[in-house]
Amino acid sequence: MATTETFYEVMRRQGISRRSFLKYCSLTATALGLAPSFAGTIANAMETKPRTPVIWLHGLECTCCSESFIRSAHPLVSDVVLSMISLDYDDVIMASAGHQAEAILDEIRHKYKGNYILAVEGNVPLNQDGMSCIIGGRPFIEQLREVAADCQAIIAWGSCASWGCVQAAHPNPTQAVPIHQVIHDKPIIKVPGCPPIAEVMTGVITYMLTFERIPELDRQGRPKMFYGQRIHDKCYRRPHFDAGQFVENWDDEGARKGFCLYKMGCKGPTTYNACSTVRWNNGVSFPIQSGHGCIGCSEDGFWDKGSFYDHVTDTRVFGIEANADRVGIAAAGTVGVAVAAHAAASAIHRIKQRAGEHHEENDQA
Amino acid sequence: MFTGIPTVQQTAVYVYQTPVRIWHWVNALSITVLAITGYLIGSPLPSLSGEASDHYLMGYIRFFHFAAAYVFLVGFLFRLYWAVVGNSYSHQLFTLPFWRRRFWSELLHEVRWYAFLEQEPRKYIGHNPLAHLFMVVIITVGGFVMIVTGLALYSEQTGLGSWQDQLFGWVIPFVGQSQDVRMWHHWGMWVIVVFVMLHVYTAIREDIMSRQSLISTMISGWRMFKDDRP
Repeated sequence: MATTETFYEVMRRQGISRRSFLKYCSLTATALGLAPSFAGTIANAMETKPRTPVIWLHGLECTCCSESFIRSAHPLVSDVVLSMISLDYDDVIMASAGHQAEAILDEIRHKYKGNYILAVEGNVPLNQDGMSCIIGGRPFIEQLREVAADCQAIIAWGSCASWGCVQAAHPNPTQAVPIHQVIHDKPIIKVPGCPPIAEVMTGVITYMLTFERIPELDRQGRPKMFYGQRIHDKCYRRPHFDAGQFVENWDDEGARKGFCLYKMGCKGPTTYNACSTVRWNNGVSFPIQSGHGCIGCSEDGFWDKGSFYDHVTDTRVFGIEANADRVGIAAAGTVGVAVAAHAAASAIHRIKQRAGEHHEENDQA
Repeated sequence: MFTGIPTVQQTAVYVYQTPVRIWHWVNALSITVLAITGYLIGSPLPSLSGEASDHYLMGYIRFFHFAAAYVFLVGFLFRLYWAVVGNSYSHQLFTLPFWRRRFWSELLHEVRWYAFLEQEPRKYIGHNPLAHLFMVVIITVGGFVMIVTGLALYSEQTGLGSWQDQLFGWVIPFVGQSQDVRMWHHWGMWVIVVFVMLHVYTAIREDIMSRQSLISTMISGWRMFKDDRP
């Protein structure tokens, strides 16, 4: 193992020119929201620091995070980062297999004790003693606990590792739980999304490798630089929202003109992600740009929040799915009718009472 | 002296002080604006045509919602202050004497009165127990929940680090996620709408059928009793 190699040396060995390296540094500085002067800082760090190993574990997942990662928009980014981490452990893309591969895990754990980053894709099924996810003949939870014990920090890739995602959706037969419910004693950086954006993933890794600290996180443990704002806040269709111009049907004039998709159930106003700024596939597009609302894939429990085409969540009340508007209108209507009936009854009651009093007065006279 | 003409002395008690009365009507107006604009934020009006730069409809609707929300918030805080410095009836809104047996027996009596099982309602200087219960649960607790969830949602636009975010941002992960907070804020609107319907109806009904004044009391502050019996 090239233990003393710096990032820069690894990159040069991979055939990356100095010019490309510097371009990568400035691009990363921009992606991280740093000042242009930080490109030099990044370059300097990469040239002088011995690289930090990254172990990439796969739990209960669909590999969409890996698929996204290897399609990082700037090809260089994936080249650079992959060359930094694939040498160590990632059972999907590394060359070695079987016992040889598992041996690497042990080697890194002991050699870099407390100095490596653990990236986890997917989550942990707890039911049936964790039998729903077996890695190298053992439940994934055992592998995760062992590797996590000696790591510096954990990156939870995707909505699975961050929140639970589809395998934890109701009724969650395998009792899949996100990483933070299994590992409690390590800092966990959540990078949610199904999958997360490639540039967000490489950006987070590069930040941690370069500055040797975890990026600033929000309350839920997501890097503020990518998850600090909602899709809605920077959506290019936002002016149509403010103007009150909405798509009402998938084939109407508004849809052709690119109006706001709020009424079609766009989850942009409730979803924290960088899609509307970084976009996907080399910055080509993102769901809203291609005419479909955001489904909120980077939000906690997004599979259990009702239809993808309704921004008002269905509420399970007594086993019946109903939304606030339907129940609210029904309740207001019922109360309205009840009030009218009660008013009528009150009036009749009063007339009768009056009649009774009148009789009494007459009797007295 | 018996004159043959029945005389009824109308006693009156000063209940609602001027600030409370002003707060009541300001609150009523802000809730009306909040409910209408809030509904329109959840279910916007039909789409407008033309250029986006020609209109700012959602912007105005949202502006009125937030403006009315701040009026409601300031009113709520003021009302809380007045509960401390105001007269003895002014803290009814924030205290529910559920530990008193009498409260529950009077509550039952009031329910029976509405169910036509009692011939005559009792006299109350402040709120009757049923009204008192509803006021505390809907206006105080409900209003508080709407303020907290509303400011949490508002913090999403003012951004990380804003005072709204620092004070109320925790509500979003506490409830679940942004969409859940929206849902409960939306439910709160319907709860308050139903309350307003009941409140207006019972205020009119009791003004006519009970033994004391109600609507005029919230204008003049004086509770008039229609008879001298206890």
